[in-house]
Amino acid sequence: MANLFTNFAGIKSPNPFWLASAPPTNSGYQVMKAFDTGWGGAVWKTMGVPVVNVSSRYGGVNYRNNRLIGLNNIELITDRPLADNLREIEEVKKRFPDHAIIASLMVETREEWHQIVRDVENAGADGIELNFGCPHGMCERGMGSAVGQEPRVLKTIVEWVKEVAKVPVIVKLTPNISDITRPAIAAREGGADAISLINTIQSIVGVDIDNFVAYPIVDGKSTNGGYCGPAVKPIAMNMLKNCAQHPNVNLPLSGIGGIENWRDAVEFILLGAGNVQVCTAVMHYGFGIIREMVAGLSQYMDEKGFETINDFKGKALPNVLHWEDLNLKYKVVASINKDKCIGCQLCYTACEDGAHQAIGVLHNGDRVPYIKEENCVGCNLCSLVCPVEECITMERRDDATEVLSWKERTLANDIPTTFNDPRGGGVHHPVYLPNEAFETPKPVHYKA
Amino acid sequence: MPEYKHPASEQDFEQNFASIKPLMNATEAYYESSRCLFCYDAPCIKACPTEIDIPLFIRQINGNNPLGAAQTIYQSNHFGHACGKVCPTEVLCEGACVYNHQNVKPIEIGRLQSFATQKAINSNKKMFGLKPNNGKKVAIIGAGPAGISCACELRMNGFDVTIYEAKAQPSGLTVYGVAPYKITNQEVLEEMAYLQNQFGFTILYNHPIATKQDLQNLEQQFDSIFLGIGLGETSQIGILGEDLDNCFGAVEFIEQLRMEHHQVQVPQNVVVLGGGNTAMDAASECARMGSENVILAYRREKEAMGAYDFEYELAKTAGVKGLFNAQPIEIVGENGCAIGVKFVQTTTQNGQLKTIENSEFVVPCNWVIKATGQSKRVQFLQMIDGLELDSKKRIVINPNTYQTTNPRYFAAGDAVNGGKEVVNAVAEGRKAANAIVNCNL
Repeated sequence: MANLFTNFAGIKSPNPFWLASAPPTNSGYQVMKAFDTGWGGAVWKTMGVPVVNVSSRYGGVNYRNNRLIGLNNIELITDRPLADNLREIEEVKKRFPDHAIIASLMVETREEWHQIVRDVENAGADGIELNFGCPHGMCERGMGSAVGQEPRVLKTIVEWVKEVAKVPVIVKLTPNISDITRPAIAAREGGADAISLINTIQSIVGVDIDNFVAYPIVDGKSTNGGYCGPAVKPIAMNMLKNCAQHPNVNLPLSGIGGIENWRDAVEFILLGAGNVQVCTAVMHYGFGIIREMVAGLSQYMDEKGFETINDFKGKALPNVLHWEDLNLKYKVVASINKDKCIGCQLCYTACEDGAHQAIGVLHNGDRVPYIKEENCVGCNLCSLVCPVEECITMERRDDATEVLSWKERTLANDIPTTFNDPRGGGVHHPVYLPNEAFETPKPVHYKA
Repeated sequence: MPEYKHPASEQDFEQNFASIKPLMNATEAYYESSRCLFCYDAPCIKACPTEIDIPLFIRQINGNNPLGAAQTIYQSNHFGHACGKVCPTEVLCEGACVYNHQNVKPIEIGRLQSFATQKAINSNKKMFGLKPNNGKKVAIIGAGPAGISCACELRMNGFDVTIYEAKAQPSGLTVYGVAPYKITNQEVLEEMAYLQNQFGFTILYNHPIATKQDLQNLEQQFDSIFLGIGLGETSQIGILGEDLDNCFGAVEFIEQLRMEHHQVQVPQNVVVLGGGNTAMDAASECARMGSENVILAYRREKEAMGAYDFEYELAKTAGVKGLFNAQPIEIVGENGCAIGVKFVQTTTQNGQLKTIENSEFVVPCNWVIKATGQSKRVQFLQMIDGLELDSKKRIVINPNTYQTTNPRYFAAGDAVNGGKEVVNAVAEGRKAANAIVNCNL
């Protein structure tokens, strides 16, 4: 039986699902409810000197009929007095002693850091998370992502915190930086016990095209906000992988960014996360989603024979290489299952207009396209646009006996080096002549 | 107890004839349009007689541009709104949707189409750039789908168009002959008013062209004449008792129903003769008007019916009962009134329909509705010099030019195709207009 109990950098929780520091952890009322519904931990909404917020605060990105594939916010850290938050932390800890409460903090001076760290520890916090990620409002005052973007400053503040902290210290990183491992290494050098990532991405989610103002609108004006939700998951996973693979980071990693179901969590754990934090999905669907997440993760672990999270943490990392180490001899081509094909011809037009003209269609009423193997580079695009499960599959064509990477070719001096070098990949690949574009039949309405 | 009570008021009538394709709201249209795959060279376009660029207009709806969507629709089909509601989409665009191959519900193309066109009709913004008047004049006989479609297209090309309509309202069978649960009078007439406002053709109502003299006048005044005259009255079956009271044609019954709504009184027992879509409509309508027993009698097997499956299903859900392999041989009367239909049982052997000896039986009823096809307007057509009709009395045209054997006359719609859907007449009327344009260049 799967055991979801997690010890993350010394912070124990009944499962690896924490609420991220955000509106869902704004009050004891909410965290109490969350733990009662099954959440393993909560990172309290960032505390500091209480702020003043604007209304409105959120902007959403919808994709077709799916709402909030991305969410952006311009809300700041807590606007509640510290004393109220501390009292509520104490109350929740009393009621849920085995659940994890992590205090997210953001202040300015060394004295303030020392004071607030002691305060939250006294209230019973199991850990501290330093908010070096907030990309709007706070950074303009020299806090949040302004710290996360300056590894030197970041390291100094971590050192201040570590001067007094008795509980584990997690540093939350901003993705608004070109190399995520630099602040991660700085955090380690400063003495951090763990890293969490990612915070939100600076963004503008949309523009009101009638009134010429971006969203969210505050009295006819707007500002950039922090982007999160399912849309940011790929960016978060890449940054997680970068930190997990870097030998000088070497800290427990708490994965954040677009996680909304058990599968997302498994993917983050396979890329090195020791636990995960969730916000947007709860803001969209409420605390109840934890039931699906816990059930799905347990079932996955049972099926795979994993007893604890550590059994599969980072299991996908050895298979994420640098591009130069990939096997250039590996060759797949697309194959269409005629029985499954519904004849939408999206693969045809995607390949024809957006790839390598390796799919043809008949013009005799039979709508099932066919693959022109000699043109197929095995890019996957057709299989990605196909609306039918397992209708287009990528079939291996090399005999699996040869392995040759770009790195090896480079070492062997066998790479293209001049503009018309015959060793370039495209030389051996058929391409139609420009004028042949007019010979390809077009649908009746496709006229400029 | 029957499914429906007789509607005592207009409100009751609307309830009994509630739309089977109700208008979508913006959310529903957004969700539904989100599902469209945007197929390449989409099969739905090919299945539409008017070849509307369906994936494009659905994408425009999804991109919150319903007026652009309506423009896409009207560029191919001037009855965009009506067709969205009255087309047998199940066997046309929606029947061709690739989702059917995945056992996924096809996109509700008809309802999306009506959603977009309704927005255009409500906004009444000028959407079409008409060419300047070219001085050419065309007379159109019949303001049905073929005639109106032809008129819109001719106006686009700068022609002066006058439509001569025998009845008091435009759109032909769309308002006079379609079941009210498909489209209401108001919906039809609003679109017609919209078109007239957009394109600026003239319609002369209650203005039948009936005599040789009428035709000669048109020939003198106009460069070309378009025949969009449709079909005539329900044809005779040729059996005893057809002239009795309470035995009449389905087209005539539906027209009365469309005009008088709840004021039409139906009796307890009705027999509808026929197996086509009009028979389904007439039977369904009697049931919805409160008739307790509506028998739909067809002389062959159920599977041989010309009606679409979904039309028969619709009639059944209204309470209609099917009677198959029953060939009417006499309308039984008493005191000059129909009181029943005498049938003989039939069977099909080697594709031949055979009657079974001594199998006659009588189904008593108060009404007999014949939905056995409409006659052609042969008498009228014979007044046109040199106009040729085929063996089924359909107007002969050159399929490329829609020109009849009298070069001044063009024709399209039911009078040419023998009786098809609104959308077919619309498609043909438009093509005929383009042929008239080419001919008058």
